[in-house]
Amino acid sequence: QLPTGLYKKVLVILHDSVLPYMNEPTLMMDFLTVAYGIGGAISLLALNGLFILIHQHNLEYPDFYKKLYSLLDPSIYHVKYRARFFHLTDLFLSSSHLPAYLVAAFIKRLSRLALTAPPEALLMIIPFICNLFRRHPACRVLVHRPGGPADMSEDPYVMEEEEPSESRALESSLWEIQSLQNHYHPDVAKAAAVLNQSLSEMEDDISGLLELSAYELFDKEVKKKAVDVPLEFEQVRGLFGKKNDIFADHFSLD
Amino acid sequence: SNPFEVKVNRQKFDILGRKTKNDVGLPGVSRSKAIKKRNQTLLKEYKEREKTNVFKDKRFGEYNTKITPEEKMIRRFALERQQNYGKKNIYNLNEDEELTHYGQSLAEIEKLNDIVDSDSDTEEGGTLSAELTAAHFGGGGGLLRKKVSSEQQDEEEEKPKSRKELIEEMIAKSKQEKQERQTRRESALELTEKLDKDWKEIQTLIARKSPKAERKDKEVEKPKPDEYDMIVRELGFEMKAKPSERLKTEEELAKEEQARLQKLEADRLRRMRGIDEQANKKRPSHMSADDLADGFILDKDDRHLLSYKDGKINIENEEEKEKEEGEEEEEEEGEEEDNDNEQECQEESASEDEEDDAADSHSDLESDLESEEEAAGNKEEKKRKANQNESQNVEKLDPKSEAAKSELPYTFAVPESYETFKSLLAGRTVEQQLIILERIQKCNHPSLAVGNKAKLEKLFGFLLEYIGELATLDLPELRTIDKLVLPLYNLCQMFPEAASDSIKFILRDAAHDLEEVIEVKGRATFPGLDTLIYLKIISLLFPTSDFWHPVVTPAFMYMSQLLTKCRITTLQDVIKGLFICCLFLEYVSLSRRFVPELINFLLGVLHISLPKNQAQGYTVVHPFTPVGKNLELLFVSDKEDLKSWEKQNVPLSIVTRLKETSQTEINHIRLSCLALCFDLIKKCSALYESLPSFHEIMHPVRILLTRHVPVNEYPEKMQEWYHSALKELENKVKHYTPLICEKKKPVPLKQYTPKIVKVLEFGRKQAGSKKEQERKQLIQRHKRELKGAIREIRKDNQFLARMQLSEIMERDSARKRKVKELLGSLATQEGEWKAMKRKKWKS
Repeated sequence: QLPTGLYKKVLVILHDSVLPYMNEPTLMMDFLTVAYGIGGAISLLALNGLFILIHQHNLEYPDFYKKLYSLLDPSIYHVKYRARFFHLTDLFLSSSHLPAYLVAAFIKRLSRLALTAPPEALLMIIPFICNLFRRHPACRVLVHRPGGPADMSEDPYVMEEEEPSESRALESSLWEIQSLQNHYHPDVAKAAAVLNQSLSEMEDDISGLLELSAYELFDKEVKKKAVDVPLEFEQVRGLFGKKNDIFADHFSLD
Repeated sequence: SNPFEVKVNRQKFDILGRKTKNDVGLPGVSRSKAIKKRNQTLLKEYKEREKTNVFKDKRFGEYNTKITPEEKMIRRFALERQQNYGKKNIYNLNEDEELTHYGQSLAEIEKLNDIVDSDSDTEEGGTLSAELTAAHFGGGGGLLRKKVSSEQQDEEEEKPKSRKELIEEMIAKSKQEKQERQTRRESALELTEKLDKDWKEIQTLIARKSPKAERKDKEVEKPKPDEYDMIVRELGFEMKAKPSERLKTEEELAKEEQARLQKLEADRLRRMRGIDEQANKKRPSHMSADDLADGFILDKDDRHLLSYKDGKINIENEEEKEKEEGEEEEEEEGEEEDNDNEQECQEESASEDEEDDAADSHSDLESDLESEEEAAGNKEEKKRKANQNESQNVEKLDPKSEAAKSELPYTFAVPESYETFKSLLAGRTVEQQLIILERIQKCNHPSLAVGNKAKLEKLFGFLLEYIGELATLDLPELRTIDKLVLPLYNLCQMFPEAASDSIKFILRDAAHDLEEVIEVKGRATFPGLDTLIYLKIISLLFPTSDFWHPVVTPAFMYMSQLLTKCRITTLQDVIKGLFICCLFLEYVSLSRRFVPELINFLLGVLHISLPKNQAQGYTVVHPFTPVGKNLELLFVSDKEDLKSWEKQNVPLSIVTRLKETSQTEINHIRLSCLALCFDLIKKCSALYESLPSFHEIMHPVRILLTRHVPVNEYPEKMQEWYHSALKELENKVKHYTPLICEKKKPVPLKQYTPKIVKVLEFGRKQAGSKKEQERKQLIQRHKRELKGAIREIRKDNQFLARMQLSEIMERDSARKRKVKELLGSLATQEGEWKAMKRKKWKS
C-alpha cells in the first residue's frame, strides 16, 4: 500500500514509461485492478494502464463498464485529470458493439453531472455526448421520442442505481441538455442547442476541447472585437440603486 | 467640326462588344482649348506673381452656398435698409444721397447764405462791390457807363477828370475804406476784450448757476437720438421668432418616454435571445452537384504539389514553413514585449513629469480646496483626516490662505494623468467631486473641440481607477463610490466603446492575476473589494441579459472562475463568494440563464454551516470539500448568540478588514450570511422554475435542507428564512415531456445548373472577390489620375517656359532697337559735325 501522492505519481507515468519496457506487463494486472478499485482520482489514473493491458494483452476485466460507470461522480468535471479521463472514456465508448442501454446510461449520467460543471467542461462534454449519439443511433430516443407519453411526473432514470442496465436510461430524455440551452455562456448554450436539430453525420473532434481551461475561454471572449456596445438604459441611482436590487437587502455600504 | 482636324486612331481588328473611347480625337481643338485655359488661369497667376494686392469681395454671402439666392437677396436688402436708418431726417424720402459742394451740404448752403463770417472780410477778395467789379473787369464799357452817370452829376461842378486822376481817386477811396474797416475792427476787438473782462468779473457771482446752463447748451447743440430711430434699429437687430413645435403635454411626454423604453426593452430582448446572430447567418453557400451532403468540406487542399528546389524535389517544405512561421511569431512577440517595456518606461517618465507639473500648477488649487474644507463642518474634517492618513497625501496647509478662497472654479481642464485627476478630487467632499466631474464634462464637451473626445474617454478610465482605489482603502469609501457611479454612467453613455475597452482591460488584468496565482500556488484567493465593486458596476453600466456582450460575457467567465477556483478559508471569503452569488443572480435576473456554479456554491455554503461528518446524499464540488479543515466556517453553536441574533445587512467593509470584533458579532455575521444564503436559494428556485431539469439541479440542495439542516436550533427569524426557501423549493410541480427534435429542414434538391459568374469585361482580370475587385479598380484609377496630373504639370511647365522665353525675346528686341536708334542718331550727329568741319575748312 503506497501513500496517495506516490500512488498518483506512479500511475501517471505507468502507461508510457513503465509498461512498454516490461517483459511481462501482465504482472501489473493485480496492482492496477486494486488501484482501479480504490475509487476517486486513483481509479481515474489506473484506467490508463488498465486500458493498455486490456487492449494489448488480452486482459479480461469483468464489469469493466459498470466500474467505469460508477466512477462518474460530480467531481470528474472539476479534477485535474479531466482531459485524460475523458480521452479514455471516449476510447472505451467508441466501440459500436456496446449495448444501447449502456451507452444511454452513460449519456444520461454524464449529462446529469454536467448540471454542476463549469463552462469549460460543458464545452467539452456536449460534443462528447453528440458523438455518442452518432455512434449509437439507437440512443437517439433520448433526444427524439415522437410517440412517447405526453406528460411524466418523474424522470424514469435512476441516478443512484449502480448497474447501468437497471438505470432505465432509455426510457428517459435528455432534459439536462435542454436546461443547458439556458446556460449563461453563449457558446455552451449554442452547443446545447445543437441537440435540438438532427445531428450531422460527421463526428466532432473533441481532442482540442479536452484541455480547454477557463482562462483560455475568458481570453477568447475578451479578445473578441465588438462592433458596438449595447448600453444599459435604466438610469443608475447608486451602487445598489437598481429596481429589486438583491444587494440592498443584504449588504450595506458601511 | 472641321474634317481636317479630326484624327482617327485606326484599329487593326474590330472586336464586337468592345467600347473604345479614344478612336476619334480632335487634337487641334483640344490643344487650343488647353492653351486658352492656361492663358486664363496660369498666365494670370504668373503675371500677378509678385503682387500682393488682393481683391476682396465684401458682398454679403457672395460665396456662401448654403444660402439660397432669394434669401441672399433678402438679407442684402435688409442690410441696406439698416444702413439707411442712420439718417437724420426720416421724412425726407430723397435723403439717400446728400448733394455736397466743397464738403458742404448744398441744402444747408441754401438755407444759411445770409450769415457772413466777420473774420473773412479782412481782405478785399471776399467782397464784391459794384465799383470794384467795374474797376477790375469793366474795362471799357462798364466803367464808361458808370462814369457817364457820375459825370452827369459832376459835370455841373467840375470839368471832366483825366484818366490818371480818376485812378488816383479810386485808389484813395479804397485806402480810406480799408482804414475805416481797420478801425472798426479794432474797436470791435476792444469791445470783446472788455466784455470778456466783465464776464470774468460776473462769473464768480453766478458760478453756481452756470454748469447747468452750460449743460443745457450742450444738450441743445447735440441732436438728440430719436426714440423712434432707436426702436427701429433695435427691431432690425432683433431675432425674428420662428414658429416652433408646440409644447407637448405631459401625457404625450409620458407616452413618448414609454414608447422609447418599450423600444429599448424590445431591443434588449432581441439581444438576449441572440436572434441577431441567427438572422445574420450567411446564406447557404453554393452547393456543387458533386456534393454528397455529408457535411464534409474540403477546406484546404492537403495534397502536396510537386515542387523543386535546387534541382531536388521539395518534400519537407511545408513542415519547414510551419516551423519558420512559429519562430517568426515568437520573434514578433518578443518585439512586442520590448515595445511594451519601452512604452512603460516612457509612460513612467511621463507620469513623473506630470506629477511634478501637477505639484506646481495645482498648488494654488489645493490650498483652495483645503480652505473649503475648513469652512465645511467637522464631519468633513474628520473624513479628510482619515483620507489623508490613509492615502498618505499629507499636505501642509497655509492657514492664511484658507479663508481666502472658498469657491470651486467653474472651468476645469481634463486631467492628463491619473495623478492630476486624483489631486483634483483629493480632499473634496462627495458633492464637490460630483460638481467637479460635471463641470469637467461640460467644459470639455466633445462638440466644443476636437481633442475633447479622447480626453473625456481617458477621464472614464481615471474615474474607474479612482473608484478602485477608494475601494481598496482600509476603510473603503463606499458612499463616495455610490455617488461617483452617476458620472461614470453618464460618461459610459457618451463613449460606449472606450468604456467597454477600459473595463475589459481591468477584467483582463484581474483574470490574468488569478491565473498566475493558480499557476504558482495551485490555488487562488478571492480578489479585493475593488474587483467586486467593478463587477457590480458592470451590471449598472451594461445590459447583463444579452446573449453575448463584449463586457458582460467575460465578466461572467471571470465570476465563474472565482466561484470554482478560489479557496474558502475565512469568513471574508464566504462573504465575497456570497457577494458574487448575488452578482450572478442579478446578472441573470432578466434572462433567467442557468448558472451551475451558483448552485454549487450555495450548496457548499450550506455545507459549511453544518456540524462535521454529515455529508450524506449529496456531494459538494470544488472549492468545497466534504472533509477537511475549513468546515464549520458558518457553524454557530453558541446558544446565546443564536438567541440574540437579528438579521442585519452585512457591511461590505468587513470584506477588507474583519475588525477585532467579539465572537458574538462574528457569530451574528455568520448567521446573517446563512440567512442570505437561504434567500438566494429561494430566489434561485424562483428563477429556474421553468428549467426542465429543475428538480435534478436542486436535488442536492433539497436533501441538505430537509435532512441535515438543524432547523430547530435556529432562532425564529432564521427559521422564517429557512421555511420560505424550502417552500419555494418544494412548491414546484414535476413536469417532464419527452424531447422531440425539431423537424429536419428539407434538404434542397441538387441543382445541376452551372454556377454563373458575372463577366463584366473580357481580357480583364476577374479574380478575387468584389472587394478585391473594387480595390484593384481604385488602384487603377489612382494610377491613371496620377499620370494625367503629371502630364498636366509638364504641360504647364512648358507653357510657362514659352511665356518666359517670349518675354525675354521681346525685351531683347526692344533693347536692340533702342541701341540701334541711339547709334543711328550718334552716326548722323557725327556725320553732321564732320560735314560742318569740312565746310569750315573749305571756307
